[in-house]
Amino acid sequence: MPTEAAELVFDEATKVYPGRDGAAVDHLSLTVPAGEICVLVGPSGGGKTTALKLVNRLIPLTSGDVRIDGTSVLEHDLVELRRSIGYVIQQVGLFPHMTVEGNIGTVPRLLGWPRRRIRQRVEELLELVGLDPEADRRRFPSQLSGGQQQRVGLARALAANPPLMLMDEPFGAIDPIVRARLQDEFLRLQGELRKTVVFVTHDVDEAIKLGDRIAILREGGRLAQYDTPERVLAQPADAFVAEFVGRDRALKALSLHTLGELELRPAAGDGLLRLPAETSLRDALALLVAEHREALLVTAADGSPLGVATREDLLR
Amino acid sequence: MTAASVFVDAVRFIPHHASLLLDKTGETAELSFAALGIAVVLALPLGLWLGHRGRGLLLALGVSSLGRALPSIALIALGIAILGIGFWNNTAALVVLGVPPLLTNAYFAVAGVDRHAVEAARGMGMSERQILARVELPLGLPLVLAGLRIAAVFVIATATIAGVAGGGGLGEIIANQASYGLAGVLAASFCVSALALLTAGALALAQRAARHRLAPST
Amino acid sequence: MSGKLLAAGGGKVIIPNFGHGTACLRRNGWFCLGWLRQHWGDTLQPALLQHVELTVIAVGLGFAIAFLLALVGFRFRPADGPLGALGDILYTIPSIAFFELLIPLTGLTLTTIEIPLVSYTLFVLYRNLVAGLRGVPAEALESARGMGMTRLQRFLRVELPLAAPAVLAGVRVATVSTVSIATVAAFLIREGLGAPIFDALQQPGIFRTELLAAGGLAILLALAADALLAGLQRALTPWSRRP
Repeated sequence: MPTEAAELVFDEATKVYPGRDGAAVDHLSLTVPAGEICVLVGPSGGGKTTALKLVNRLIPLTSGDVRIDGTSVLEHDLVELRRSIGYVIQQVGLFPHMTVEGNIGTVPRLLGWPRRRIRQRVEELLELVGLDPEADRRRFPSQLSGGQQQRVGLARALAANPPLMLMDEPFGAIDPIVRARLQDEFLRLQGELRKTVVFVTHDVDEAIKLGDRIAILREGGRLAQYDTPERVLAQPADAFVAEFVGRDRALKALSLHTLGELELRPAAGDGLLRLPAETSLRDALALLVAEHREALLVTAADGSPLGVATREDLLR
Repeated sequence: MTAASVFVDAVRFIPHHASLLLDKTGETAELSFAALGIAVVLALPLGLWLGHRGRGLLLALGVSSLGRALPSIALIALGIAILGIGFWNNTAALVVLGVPPLLTNAYFAVAGVDRHAVEAARGMGMSERQILARVELPLGLPLVLAGLRIAAVFVIATATIAGVAGGGGLGEIIANQASYGLAGVLAASFCVSALALLTAGALALAQRAARHRLAPST
Repeated sequence: MSGKLLAAGGGKVIIPNFGHGTACLRRNGWFCLGWLRQHWGDTLQPALLQHVELTVIAVGLGFAIAFLLALVGFRFRPADGPLGALGDILYTIPSIAFFELLIPLTGLTLTTIEIPLVSYTLFVLYRNLVAGLRGVPAEALESARGMGMTRLQRFLRVELPLAAPAVLAGVRVATVSTVSIATVAAFLIREGLGAPIFDALQQPGIFRTELLAAGGLAILLALAADALLAGLQRALTPWSRRP
């Protein structure tokens, strides 16, 4: 069972539905390096979910190829391929007739793991996704909240330690507060696990927050730009991308950096606003504007002062 | 004779003719369960598979309409007219009557399962057969059992009618008021009702157990 | 009319004792036009009309009773279980047994036939009515309330129309089943299409033409009723396209 993350390659992947004008996915070519999160983002009808499902062959390719670690997905046995890819959908699709433990253990059971190993893995995963192994393992999906169900869905996809994860708008049906928390936890998880993830969303802010690289698909399933969030925001490839990421893209770009990354002036002056170093530049700027201030004091985790940043510094 | 006295007579008939009634009930039960078994073997796999594939909705609906429209008497009578009297001939007619509710309910049981759970199962790498066996069937079991209950009730009722047409069993007693008297006929009616109620009751319990497994918190 | 045990038929050439010895009848053909034309007026048509009458009374009464019961079961949840169970139990009793058990109480009359028939429709109709009422989306009712409709108006203009598809589906099933079960009635009294069927069964060697004609009419009646009600359903509820 591979524990290394896999490299994923789309090679002129195309999907055309008979009887429909134009392609759903049109000669998509991009490479997702091992251990990175690639976010597929775009307007509805852009083919991002279709592209995702080409990877685990829930939707068959019309032409072109998709390769995982060099081997085409068409060469794998279908069922084995899917068992080695973690798959999370928006509505989760937990099995109502199985406990949390039963749900998470589904793929390990399909793979024939011994029972004790499954049990241990379930405990491990429940802790990893922030649930209580003792209390929650025996509950049923109907007894869980939406956020909890999403965590179980994630744990279920991670169960067999797949090298590749496919996630289709997993946080789409969650309210914004819980969603932000899940996103943060997901990033923390990814920091530990370093899996290759393809993540579909229609929310540009989510894409910027989560993606190591963003692939913007336009209507007709054509790739508009594939780049790091920074470069997409700083240098949108064309008018469509610029429009899509929003006219406030400069401000969005600010959210990619934190106070801690700035060169700070020596701490001086009293009565300044204090903000921790992890605060994003965007949030810091928003606060300065709201309070009609010109400068603030950046603090370390323990509260000790690190330096001063002015409005000018933030905007540079 | 007042109604009450007739019923009292009927009740007294039972212990006096216990072995006869038991025999006849056994005959009816044998015929019914044999036919049900065959109907299950024919209809369930087909209905489950069609429901899984999502094909054959028109077939399922058509079969169910037709099944309901067939007057049991006519079917038994046709069976006798074509094939003559006999255990297997009656069984054939009962199988024809029992298949529609089983087929229809099996279809809708599987087709009605939450599609997201099925998609997740497929994406995870379950084979089609595993999806049917581990996800769709357990979730659809209550409806399948409901279909089995309807089929059972229908078959037992018709098996009795077959007895009227020379098929043996409790129907034979009911058809022969001359020999057994009204008391006997009523006693036989009690017995067949009991048979039907017990069978349906057992299946209803099974149905409730299956439903509890799906929603244990309720 | 207690049935007689049939003579074990099997002979191929039978002469039914009608006194008309056409070639078709003599070989007990399935489709003797002559006999059909002759006996349409005195046997088949009356039986058909009686059958329709039996069915209409049963479904009509059943609907009325089920409607009242459903209103109760819908409003008072605790009553729903027992009412549903009652319908279940009545439905489970085999039709012949049910008819027979009523004889000491109501004799060999139309009532004896109608009581079981009505009970069988109750089973289907009650469940469908309650399910239909429960299936009305809460949002629709909320909007109606917000718009200022009274309770009665909400019931008549929102709940009933939205429950109609389920109700009509139930009426369809009940009607078709009743046509089928009503053939058994002939075992007790000479009413309905069951009568010619029983007659045919009791001829030595089974009178095929009569059997096919009466049985066929019963099936056609059931299917025609089903089609009619399906059309009605589509006409009354154009917004609900059931798959």
